[in-house]
Amino acid sequence: MADESGAITGAAPPKRPAAELAIDVEQVSLWYGTFQALFEVDLQVQSGSITALIGPSGCGKSTLLRSVNRINERLGDYVRTTGSIRVMGHDVLADGVDLAQLRKQVGMVFQRPNPLPLSIRENVLFGHRLHRADEKFSKADENQIVEEALTEVLLWDEVKDRLGQRATELSLEAQQKLCIARLLPVKPKVILMDEPTSALDPKATETLEHLLWELKGEYTILIVTHNMAQARRASEETAFMLLGRMVEHRSTEDLFLTPREQETADYIEGRYG
Amino acid sequence: MFAASALNERNRRVEGIYKALFGLMTVLLVVPVLIILGVLIAKGGPAVSFEFLFTPPTDQGRQGGILMPLIGTIWLVVVALIASVPIGVAAAIYLSEYAPENWLTRLINLAIINLAGVPSIVHALFGVGAFVVFFEFGISILAASLTLAIMTLPVVIVATRESLQAVPMAFREACWNMGATRWQTIRKVVLPNAISGILTGVILEVSRSAGETAPIMFTGAVTFLPFLPTGVLEPTMAMSLHLFTISNSVPNMPDEIKYGTALVLISMVLIMNAASIAFRVYLRGKKKW
Repeated sequence: MADESGAITGAAPPKRPAAELAIDVEQVSLWYGTFQALFEVDLQVQSGSITALIGPSGCGKSTLLRSVNRINERLGDYVRTTGSIRVMGHDVLADGVDLAQLRKQVGMVFQRPNPLPLSIRENVLFGHRLHRADEKFSKADENQIVEEALTEVLLWDEVKDRLGQRATELSLEAQQKLCIARLLPVKPKVILMDEPTSALDPKATETLEHLLWELKGEYTILIVTHNMAQARRASEETAFMLLGRMVEHRSTEDLFLTPREQETADYIEGRYG
Repeated sequence: MFAASALNERNRRVEGIYKALFGLMTVLLVVPVLIILGVLIAKGGPAVSFEFLFTPPTDQGRQGGILMPLIGTIWLVVVALIASVPIGVAAAIYLSEYAPENWLTRLINLAIINLAGVPSIVHALFGVGAFVVFFEFGISILAASLTLAIMTLPVVIVATRESLQAVPMAFREACWNMGATRWQTIRKVVLPNAISGILTGVILEVSRSAGETAPIMFTGAVTFLPFLPTGVLEPTMAMSLHLFTISNSVPNMPDEIKYGTALVLISMVLIMNAASIAFRVYLRGKKKW
């Protein structure tokens, strides 16, 4: 599945022209109070690709993910970030950045599906209504938006006859798909996923991974996972982090078959985790 | 092999003793409530009628009904609600959703807890100084209701804050991650899910305000008034003060009327509390996550 990335075998991390990069993290360090969680991390994610972030618990992969849409900052001044994070070539840490705009472009999916306690339809339209409250949409327009988004996440056929049902009553798999669907109407460039299948059973995990491949191309996906088999199956490139540092970032195939660093080899062989 | 040992037997006896003890305490808790209600119904029940509720008291309350105090208490409670609910709910939203976790927030929370512990007679004296004298509202519904409002603010704030905090954090994060502001998140997701708890707090406030005597006796409630108030700057009679007066200041007061008045007052409070519970059960049935 990762054949498209076959061309970039070699140097780690792969260098590319800035124009193709959806996410370009350079020399990012991050502190929670006095605790340094990230040490001069670099990460380049090609537009339209799926990149997996792996590493043992506490290695900083979720922190890195959460700094891309700056959701870390809800903790207040306590969090301090240095370095540069660019999304589609624009600095997200710059002064003039509006967080609402940033989060519209950079959506996020969480470990536990977190649909809002509203109907399925209202969940899909939630972000759309937030960001386009100054425009008029007819009911027919909205219906179309809902259908398109739910079709894109392969959920439409399952729920089309019960769009008024509470989203929190759906199965976890359907909830997680819905959480992806509600990002789509505002046309994000990047979707961040923080262990999106860890609450799901193996069958649901498989469907969700299938969905990732469907979404790839139109959206750039950065996914944190604990599950190395998942990283192998569901990503084109994999970045391995350890103790707040980026250890190795290569095509998924290369990283798993011929890891360059000893730490990577130890981790993927399950010697720690 | 599985026969009880001496130790098992002893454990079982001790278990029985503790279970009986805790059960007894629970019964003791309920007994006073039942006795009070029973006595009031037995002695005051015959006095309470439609006529009793809607006839003005005459002969210092020895005859007639309780129209003026009943309507007066409704005035006091409604004006107190209008003053305290917006302030209390807004303050709770700030404390729960916006305030950073620092010493100032902790100090404010401490102040709220202390406000709840201030004796009602102290609130009454504050009310006299602040509303009756300084703001020149005089002995009036407004002064009494504002005093009640300050006294019951902690109830509203604490109930609101707790019901806001019961809304799972995941919903807020989901909203923020879609670019919603704090206020958009509060309005669309947090408040709709917290409303049952907030209303419970409001109803508790109503029942507490309706029963209080001290805060209103110097600020707005008077012992006898032959007419109904027509505005908030007038004094009024009130159920609690009326009961106090006819119980200890009016000689030859028929027992029936005293007990009847108490029965109406306690019924108002119990009905409000029951309504609050029923409402909460209803809303809880509707919300699922």
